[in-house]
Amino acid sequence: MNNFRKKLPGTPYFFWSVLFIIIPLCMVFYYGLTDKSGAFTLENIIAIATREHSKALWLSLLLSLIATVICLLLSYPLAMILCSRKGGQHSVIVFIFILPMWMNFLLRTLAWQTLLEKTGVINSILSFLHLPALNIINTPQAIVLGMVYNFLPFMVLPIYNALAKIDENVINAARDLGANPAQVFFKVTLPLTVPGIISGITMVFIPALTTFVISNLLGGSKVLLIGNVVEQEFTQASNWHLGSGLSIVLMLFILLNMIVSAIFDKDGEGSVL
Amino acid sequence: MNKKLIDLQHITKSFDGQMILDDLNLYIRENEFLTLLGPSGCGKTTTLRILGGFETPDQGHVIFDDQDITKLPPNKRQLNTVFQKYALFTHMTIAENIAFGLKIKNKSKSYINDKIAYALKLVNLEGYGSRMPDSLSGGQQQRIAIARAIVNEPKVLLLDEPLGALDLKLRQDMQYELIRLKNELGITFIYVTHDQEEALTMSDTIVVMNQGYIQQIGSPEKIYNEPENAFVADFIGDSNIIGGTMIEDKLVEILSARFPCVDTGFGTNRPVDVVIRPEDVILSSPANGRLTGTVTHLIFKGVHYEMEVTTPDGYEWLVHSTGMYPVGTQVGIDVDPFNIQIMHKPASEDEEAVKIDE
Repeated sequence: MNNFRKKLPGTPYFFWSVLFIIIPLCMVFYYGLTDKSGAFTLENIIAIATREHSKALWLSLLLSLIATVICLLLSYPLAMILCSRKGGQHSVIVFIFILPMWMNFLLRTLAWQTLLEKTGVINSILSFLHLPALNIINTPQAIVLGMVYNFLPFMVLPIYNALAKIDENVINAARDLGANPAQVFFKVTLPLTVPGIISGITMVFIPALTTFVISNLLGGSKVLLIGNVVEQEFTQASNWHLGSGLSIVLMLFILLNMIVSAIFDKDGEGSVL
Repeated sequence: MNKKLIDLQHITKSFDGQMILDDLNLYIRENEFLTLLGPSGCGKTTTLRILGGFETPDQGHVIFDDQDITKLPPNKRQLNTVFQKYALFTHMTIAENIAFGLKIKNKSKSYINDKIAYALKLVNLEGYGSRMPDSLSGGQQQRIAIARAIVNEPKVLLLDEPLGALDLKLRQDMQYELIRLKNELGITFIYVTHDQEEALTMSDTIVVMNQGYIQQIGSPEKIYNEPENAFVADFIGDSNIIGGTMIEDKLVEILSARFPCVDTGFGTNRPVDVVIRPEDVILSSPANGRLTGTVTHLIFKGVHYEMEVTTPDGYEWLVHSTGMYPVGTQVGIDVDPFNIQIMHKPASEDEEAVKIDE
């Protein structure tokens, strides 16, 4: 009885996770590992090896990797600047960065489509200034831009948190012991923010890898990512078996990312595993 | 006397328009254990941070070994700091923490290893080299922070309330440890604390600070026995601070009773502050005292009884005595002339450095 009471508050969450996480996951595995007649098959998994699918997967991996690296390179200096501001000043800057996240993800990406179009806002301004037009809509570059724009806050915040957690005196101690600014950064600041970097990478890389909205809107139909392939199998081809099979492959890559994160982040502060 | 190692000249520092240090002048001799003592906000930590190079004074100069180091960054100074909350590098082992400064100076591997072994031995933590800081207790971490600083062979070790986060017993042990370390290393210690007992136990010289001003500089005995003003008397230990009148040399009137004392040169019929330590108040039968009063409080403190004796004019005397007088007893109060400390009233002109609001 006592034991039951202790467990009671967790019950709704248990049912929630069973209903909306465990059961759907089981269904994905069921569809992924069976064919239309319901017999067990690995064909849906192996289908990733077809030229069209593997090309989409590699492109997805490449673009999300590039987007993650760009996010990291942009976020770290930004997070450092945020941390160096005192009092209310930094919360204003953080607020400005969070502000776009209040807007719907689709709308934000749609806005970029309008901006980047051949006759869009940016090109209108460029032609007004007699500058060459920017033709990146429907290219991989536009998709990377969309990924960076949408996922940047997810990189900034964990790094900012990790930096803010460092005691000022730890930095002072390094200087006190003779370290110049570069040595302080590489020997103390950077290693201490590894958990933040890891969690930032995870939070940017995974959604970027699985996105189909960004590539739909900014890549047109010309650039196909693995997310688009899966989406099309479900919506257009109505082949749930193949869509699930490819999803399982994608899950394996996400799992791989998490394992790598866990290895680099020994204290388990930033990674999910 | 050893030579002057550090000279702070006319140091002024303010933050956001608030004056923290106002024309501070202080010198520190070689091999001295000097303590900056005062309540929070008195400017003691700022003084230490200016010495360490983490703050630049608005005005004034920091002279170290006859060189002006006012604008020198911390990494170029020949002093090392032990921070309040240890500030160990949590991503490194204990050995790596200690080796940090030496690696930056490109010392050889064997030199570094010798130094690590020596430093761990010095702070009684042999065999802890491969542990991570988080796995150590607060006291152990603090000793590692000291080890990390001293392997660099600084001429001066700055300690910013290093024992503040430790419990009482550990704090007392560490005080002895620090005295031993200082004697073994033969270097200058500059220690910041708000704990008067810590200051009295360890220091050669105590600098009492309040509101950005130095109130008194002196040996622990001098600071305790001959406080120069009411702030120092009040901050260092318990005391009875009573307004009185200096009738003439060696005679003071307190609460309309006359007490012989040993102080001279205050003039005649001048208002003064009189400091009498609670342990110096002698209680006896009413007939034998210069003043009489009633015991209004009694607490057993272990070594002594703490009593409050109220005299008819309403003043409550704090008394420490091994003899016990129950509450309600009429007692006589007397004080040995040597134990009466006369101080100028804070408002008097001839005290430049002392500015007290109270």
